[in-house]
Amino acid sequence: MSVVRVPPVLRSEAGGAREVEASGGTVRELLEDLATRVPALGEKVYDGTEIRPYVNVYVDGEDVRTSGGLDAPVRDNATIVLLPAMAGGRGR
Amino acid sequence: MATYRELLKQVKDRIEEVDARQARELDGAAWVDVREQDEWDEGHIPGAAHVPRGNLESRIENVVPDRSTPVVIYCASGNRSAFAVESLRALGYESAVSLVGGYTDWKRNGFDITIPRKLSPERRARYSRHLLIPEIGEEGQLKLLDSKILLIGAGGLGSPASLYLAAAGVGTIGIIDADIVDESNLQRQIAHSLNTLGTPKVDSARRTIEALNPDVEVTTYRERLTSDNIDRILDDGWDIIVDGADNFPTRYLVNDASVWRGIPVVHGSIYRFEGQVTVFKPGDGPCYRCLYPSPPPPELAPSCAEGGVLGVLPGIVGTLQTNEALKLAAGIGDPLVGRLLLFDALATDFTEVHIKRNPECPVCGEHPSITEYIDYVEFCTR
Repeated sequence: MSVVRVPPVLRSEAGGAREVEASGGTVRELLEDLATRVPALGEKVYDGTEIRPYVNVYVDGEDVRTSGGLDAPVRDNATIVLLPAMAGGRGR
Repeated sequence: MATYRELLKQVKDRIEEVDARQARELDGAAWVDVREQDEWDEGHIPGAAHVPRGNLESRIENVVPDRSTPVVIYCASGNRSAFAVESLRALGYESAVSLVGGYTDWKRNGFDITIPRKLSPERRARYSRHLLIPEIGEEGQLKLLDSKILLIGAGGLGSPASLYLAAAGVGTIGIIDADIVDESNLQRQIAHSLNTLGTPKVDSARRTIEALNPDVEVTTYRERLTSDNIDRILDDGWDIIVDGADNFPTRYLVNDASVWRGIPVVHGSIYRFEGQVTVFKPGDGPCYRCLYPSPPPPELAPSCAEGGVLGVLPGIVGTLQTNEALKLAAGIGDPLVGRLLLFDALATDFTEVHIKRNPECPVCGEHPSITEYIDYVEFCTR
């Protein structure tokens, strides 16, 4: 079982949770398991075929897009970080 | 009991002296100037290290760690250096020699000299805590005073950045912001105050900076950054950009322009309790488009004005950005290039993820498809 850290803009999709659990031997399996457990969150991250272009998924600190893609293995107890871009800064 | 003259003669008989021509032929020699600070400040031999005679024995190992290195010691005329060489030989520096005639003869023979730039006594006092740090010192402080750093936004992130950059003695600070100071800003935007409510943020920030450090020249741009004005603004010659923008079109615009011009961008973004910091250094790591090829849909990209932000969070993220900007300006340390630092204020947790350059990146990749400004608002809302 791995821990998936939910970014603030996606927490409403996870019932306000900061972290959820998901399991899978590869990134694809893990995202599919996430979509089963927390459908609203899974849908925002993974369209069933690809990771959505505006979200980055890091497994143990490495971006899955540049380190093996959806077929890359995921160890047990991995830390998954979901990261969409944040605009905020100047703030009016 | 020997007189000074007799002692000097005895020492000179025991050590080796070389003239300027011989000294210049010593391959790989370390040159050490043992005169006092005021003498050094008026000019010295290029490449020499300055270790005043009184500190020679205690500091020489830091300056010349290898005792077999030939060392040319000089003073003004060759007398203090003779005593210095005797002392170095006692410490095991067998190849230490004294420059006969010293700096005076060197200069008279027309050899090259360097007249160091130096800080005024007022600046030495103001920046004394920087001068005490070996990694910064007078040289690093002069680099900071020479540097030009542009802030995108004088809000949550730009406020702490403007204050600490100014306090550190960054010589020129540029600020772009079109807004005026509003009461709701004061929860976090510490460059502004009740005294400047209703005035342009750029003018308010200028007042704060000038009250803190008159060394800093402030250039203000009271406008919103767009494709139409960015080239005019960047033509003012900025070394580093600190990006504290509040919207995606500006983020992508700043990215594209900085990649094309080779200007490093210190990126910071915040939302509620969480922040992201990284350095996009063109040619040396990924750019913003490598990290985020496309912006999120609007429902996933609320601004702080819509979703809120803990007041201290931009203080933390903005000072982390400032730390990176100062390191880049002074040329020290390991910048946050290729690393994205995530801060969670509720958990007090820092996480670092690795970010890589995308060879397919449309702007900084091997075959760029975007080579001029696009319609950034359209790109971010489609």
